[in-house]
Amino acid sequence: MWARVVALVIKEFLAVLRDAASRTVLIGPPLIQLMVFGYAASFDLNHIPYAVYNQDSGYAARQLLARFSGSPNFQQVATIRNDAQIAPLINDKDALLVLHIGQHFTRDLLTQKPARLQIIIDGRDSNTAALALNDVSGILLDFNQQWAAAHSQRGPPAQLVMRAWFNPNLRSRWFIVPGIVALLTLVVTLLVTGLSVAREREMGTFDQLLVTPMRPLEILIGKAVPGFVIGGLEGGFIALMAVLWFHVPFVGSVAALALGMFFFLLAAIGIGLMISSLAVTQQQGLLGVFLFLVPAIILSGFATPIANMPEAVQLLTYINPMRYFLIIVRGVFLEGSTIPMLWSQYAPLALIGLVSMSAAAWLFRHRMA
Amino acid sequence: MEAPALVLDAVHKRFRQGKQAVEAIKGLSVQVQSGRITGLLGPDGAGKTTLMRLAAALLLPDAGAVRVLGHDSRHEAAAIQRDIGYMPQRFGLYEDLSVQENLALYADLQGLDATQRAARFDELLRLTALGPFGKRRAGDLSGGMKQKLGLACALLRAPRLLLLDEPTVGVDPISRRELWSIIKAMRAQGVTVLVSTAYLDEAELCDDIVLLHRGELLAQQSPEAFYAPLVGHCYSVRHPALRRRQLQEVLRSRAGVVDALVQADGVRVVLQGKQPLAQVGEDWQPVPPRFEDAFVSLLATDGESVAQAGAGVDATPVLQGNAQGIRPAAVSLDLRLRGNDGGEQGTAPVIEVHELRRFFGSFEAVKSVEFSVQRGEVFGLLGANGAGKSTTFRMLCGLLPASSGTLRVAGMDLRTARAAARARIGYVSQRFSLYGNLSVAQNLAFFASAYGLGGARRKARLDWAQREFELTAYLDAGAAELPLGFKQRLALACALMHEPSILFLDEPTSGVDPLARREFWQRINHLAESGVTVMITTHFMDEAEYCDHLVLMSLGEILAFGSPQEIRARVKTAAMPDPSMEDAFIGLIQAHEAQTRRAA
Amino acid sequence: MNRQRLRGLVRKEFLQILRDPSAIAIAFVLPVFLLLLFGYGVSLDAHHVPLAVVVDQPTAQTSNFIGGLQQSDFFDPRHYPTIGAARTALMQRQVTGIVWLRGDFSRDMLAGKTAPVAVWVDGVDANNANILLGYLQGMWQNWLQLQADQAGQPLAIPVVAESRIWFNPALRSRDFLVPGLIAVIMTLIGALLTALVVAREWERGTMEALMASPVTMGEILLGKLVPYFVLGMGGMLLSVAMAVWLFAVPLVGSFWLLLACSALFLLVALGMGLLISTLAKNQFVAAQVAVIVTFLPAFILSGFIFDIHSMPAVVQFLTHIVAARYYVAILQTLFLAGNVWPVVLTNSAALALMALIFFGIARRKSRKRLD
Repeated sequence: MWARVVALVIKEFLAVLRDAASRTVLIGPPLIQLMVFGYAASFDLNHIPYAVYNQDSGYAARQLLARFSGSPNFQQVATIRNDAQIAPLINDKDALLVLHIGQHFTRDLLTQKPARLQIIIDGRDSNTAALALNDVSGILLDFNQQWAAAHSQRGPPAQLVMRAWFNPNLRSRWFIVPGIVALLTLVVTLLVTGLSVAREREMGTFDQLLVTPMRPLEILIGKAVPGFVIGGLEGGFIALMAVLWFHVPFVGSVAALALGMFFFLLAAIGIGLMISSLAVTQQQGLLGVFLFLVPAIILSGFATPIANMPEAVQLLTYINPMRYFLIIVRGVFLEGSTIPMLWSQYAPLALIGLVSMSAAAWLFRHRMA
Repeated sequence: MEAPALVLDAVHKRFRQGKQAVEAIKGLSVQVQSGRITGLLGPDGAGKTTLMRLAAALLLPDAGAVRVLGHDSRHEAAAIQRDIGYMPQRFGLYEDLSVQENLALYADLQGLDATQRAARFDELLRLTALGPFGKRRAGDLSGGMKQKLGLACALLRAPRLLLLDEPTVGVDPISRRELWSIIKAMRAQGVTVLVSTAYLDEAELCDDIVLLHRGELLAQQSPEAFYAPLVGHCYSVRHPALRRRQLQEVLRSRAGVVDALVQADGVRVVLQGKQPLAQVGEDWQPVPPRFEDAFVSLLATDGESVAQAGAGVDATPVLQGNAQGIRPAAVSLDLRLRGNDGGEQGTAPVIEVHELRRFFGSFEAVKSVEFSVQRGEVFGLLGANGAGKSTTFRMLCGLLPASSGTLRVAGMDLRTARAAARARIGYVSQRFSLYGNLSVAQNLAFFASAYGLGGARRKARLDWAQREFELTAYLDAGAAELPLGFKQRLALACALMHEPSILFLDEPTSGVDPLARREFWQRINHLAESGVTVMITTHFMDEAEYCDHLVLMSLGEILAFGSPQEIRARVKTAAMPDPSMEDAFIGLIQAHEAQTRRAA
Repeated sequence: MNRQRLRGLVRKEFLQILRDPSAIAIAFVLPVFLLLLFGYGVSLDAHHVPLAVVVDQPTAQTSNFIGGLQQSDFFDPRHYPTIGAARTALMQRQVTGIVWLRGDFSRDMLAGKTAPVAVWVDGVDANNANILLGYLQGMWQNWLQLQADQAGQPLAIPVVAESRIWFNPALRSRDFLVPGLIAVIMTLIGALLTALVVAREWERGTMEALMASPVTMGEILLGKLVPYFVLGMGGMLLSVAMAVWLFAVPLVGSFWLLLACSALFLLVALGMGLLISTLAKNQFVAAQVAVIVTFLPAFILSGFIFDIHSMPAVVQFLTHIVAARYYVAILQTLFLAGNVWPVVLTNSAALALMALIFFGIARRKSRKRLD
């Protein structure tokens, strides 16, 4: 039996690697996606375009504004003189926000009355707006502390001392890039396994395979192994790129990641083979992969937190293998997770793998006709 | 005489194929006369389709000129396309449109106005007998009906030149006859027809024949002129004691024989000389020559060509010295039968089918079919398109479950049998399905492992496959890039890797040129002689003659079962004293269909 | 252009669409599927964020401070007895952050000193952490204001930020994601579907038969455009209807202007589809190219989710050749801000230019030949 399986595995590898088109599909798009996601998919703001509308001639206003112009996160694009100029700037998307300082700003400050800084912000992209407002408050907080200290004013009764664990500078790239490890592992594995039977069906070689003494289980194993090896290699490569190219810290244990990858691949291959045994043509296979992939990515916490979803949708994420693997990858990269800390993720992942593999084996046997 | 409808003047056409450039047409000069049917023939890769596309101004010549109906294809493509009708090899019917809608689309495209339209539709639907199917989707038509509809679409505007690229490929004999009667009707209306075909009997229906080979013109003349020199060279040989296949083998290897072919009750032989080479017990009767004889002797002369189309051929020209035409290819097919299935030939059936049925939804594709096959037989499964023969075949191989009934292959049902049981069968599918992007050697190695061969036996069988099918030169070539004849050989080599006792062949010769088909049958004959049971489906009626027994299917039922002689005898009448297999096929099926219609 | 031939081609294409369930699926089922998935699945708005609260010495002051947290909809405060327990909870992802009021909180406050409040958040999801910190700061400012009001004193912070958020005051992320999604859907219908149907004609051999007829290449291209334009606009209307009525996204600008801009973008998408199909003559390759060249960029590089200003300069430059970028800008503006002509006009001009370029190349590339 093993000789036949080995022959099938070798054949699968040759079929994938000898074909220029499928080689390209396995290497090109993942690299492009890694680069595009790595660089473009970021929630971190920099060069926020802002305009200044300063009606105060005092030095405090200038001091405050200097903090903005000195920040790499902000870029001043205009200075305006009256109210009427605000709307066109924001409407036309020339500036994301306008900092408006009233006439009595410096005077209020010196007389210890709360001085007001008005921020008019474009809310069309609500996330960007929220993040920009955070950055503004950060600068303001800093300014306030220094001002209070310099003018020996009484501080506020309580002060927030904020610290972010695992990602002290809150770089979203540290969040996104480990996610890509999971994303691309899933995409590549599904493409390798999801289309393999359909391709053979289309070429007519599947019949040829069925009349040989190979058993369905042997064919299944023969189809699963290449997905496992290619998916694993690609996942490992991207993890390396994350560390070496994008400089994402890796503080956890490699074994914990490898174990997670093992279970994740098992689940992904099971799903891929299920699609494969159902699809008659490659096009159907592709559609099946697409229809699984998009929800799997959206509902995994890859870009947006699962906690923000409606309750019913949150329940749905429990059957999504990517959900668990994302936690494992990010845990290992950023939080230093080790195997004992991740059992709560391994267990459901292994269960999904077991169920999907059994389902694939069952479908395989019953769809062989 | 009218000016020629199509003139090719020293035309060259190159294509890029991967890294290398392939010259499909090499300095070809041809004229197609107006008002006649011109046949375009040649082996695979002769450049037939390229010539058709050049004539339709869909390709432009790299050098030379193509003039169609007086227009130059380089500058006046629009004028050409206004006046021609063109039917590509796979006619592009819109499968999800109905017959009427397909016709309406092409009527619009060809600018037929509403007044002309109704009359023209009626005429064409009558001519093609598609009238009752006007509302049916093109995708639901049978292969023959699709081709007729395609032809009707090309004829809408009564073209002056009709270009038909292999219109009868994969079409059953009845539909082929109908298509040809339409083509002849067009000639009667003054349309010039250029038609390419792989069926050599169709060539005799043409007025003029252009024989291409590797992009060059081999000859252009009437079919009669092609075979006239062979008058007196052709004989039909019978032997009371030998079976026809054995007789063919004997004759083929005899010096001075160009071609030997099983036909009717004997073996048709083409000789180099005119003197019969009769030996004791043989009865030689002279027969008139036909186009196929000329085709084989012309192309077999060209050593290189045959080496490509069908291998194992001496390069010695036929007409000089001691030539053999096509050398027996598989003389040493060394087949030891494994296991002991039934001992003596004919004692126990190897394949038994009893009340076999298959439903697809409510449609009964196979209706209670029964037959049995003896060991060492070549058994044919024939039928029109959609007769249920493929379904039956797939059920036998265990690829499709039967709805009811029993079927036993070597004593087992392959669907439920243990995997090891499948080690006793070999299977070649319609499209020579191999792993296209694996090399020849990798394909062989994979199938050797898939059949569980190991150690010395594995090595011996791999060596055997390379030697026997002369694949050594192609070991590193990708299977997809092989010439069609070699793909077929590789498929056969893979299917025989484990020395199966039963071989299943599903239309193994469709689309293969006549020379490769001859070589293929030679191998099959040898296999059968060595005790392998061969189950085969085919569209070629001449191939049915090779079978020991055959089953003729129509509308899911068995119409006739018996030896080729018995089946032919069933349509023998005073008007048709010596019917061919094709006559028998058409006669039986038409009678059955008429009966079914009456009953319904 | 011959009207009879064109009519024949268009009628054929419509018949095919009606009979091919996959075209209907891509045009109507896919938009609904994607809109539901994104509308419900993608949200950047946190609510009920689990927050560990550790109070070393409960006093009136601490419960006053914590009260602010409890009233907020954003947080789901959970009390932990010790900071160690809270840390473990954070490590185990049971809470997203910790607010720790130390034992000297009340003493410092009463003594007029500034009492530090330790706030730790899980920074793995940086965006989420940022938003969480923003919420916490807002809550803290409210608390300060309340303290000051109760004491009758002025607010003890020198500068107070007063933000006015235009167009989407509640900062609902759905309001900007759903309009942006329309661009992704239109790209799918326009480019993917068109590329697929032309490739299908090549694959089935119908293109060869078409080309040998008197029809011109322009007619063939136009015969494809008209039906898929209608289909695309249908998909667009469906998406807009879902956005407005199901997801309650306001449509501030003019519906007719939206329709006109969408038509323009659809032309660009169709042009891309035609261009892909002239290069890729089988459906499998066409689908892959269409997804990589049109769908992914529309997703990532259009400003639909990720802010273009924050991308590296090279990537920002690249976004200029992504048609969806211009359409996303128009969509977000028309839905949330209204008829802002400068935005609409400049982006429409870019779209028009791209449409011209794509059709120009497609027209040049597609000759009535097979080689």
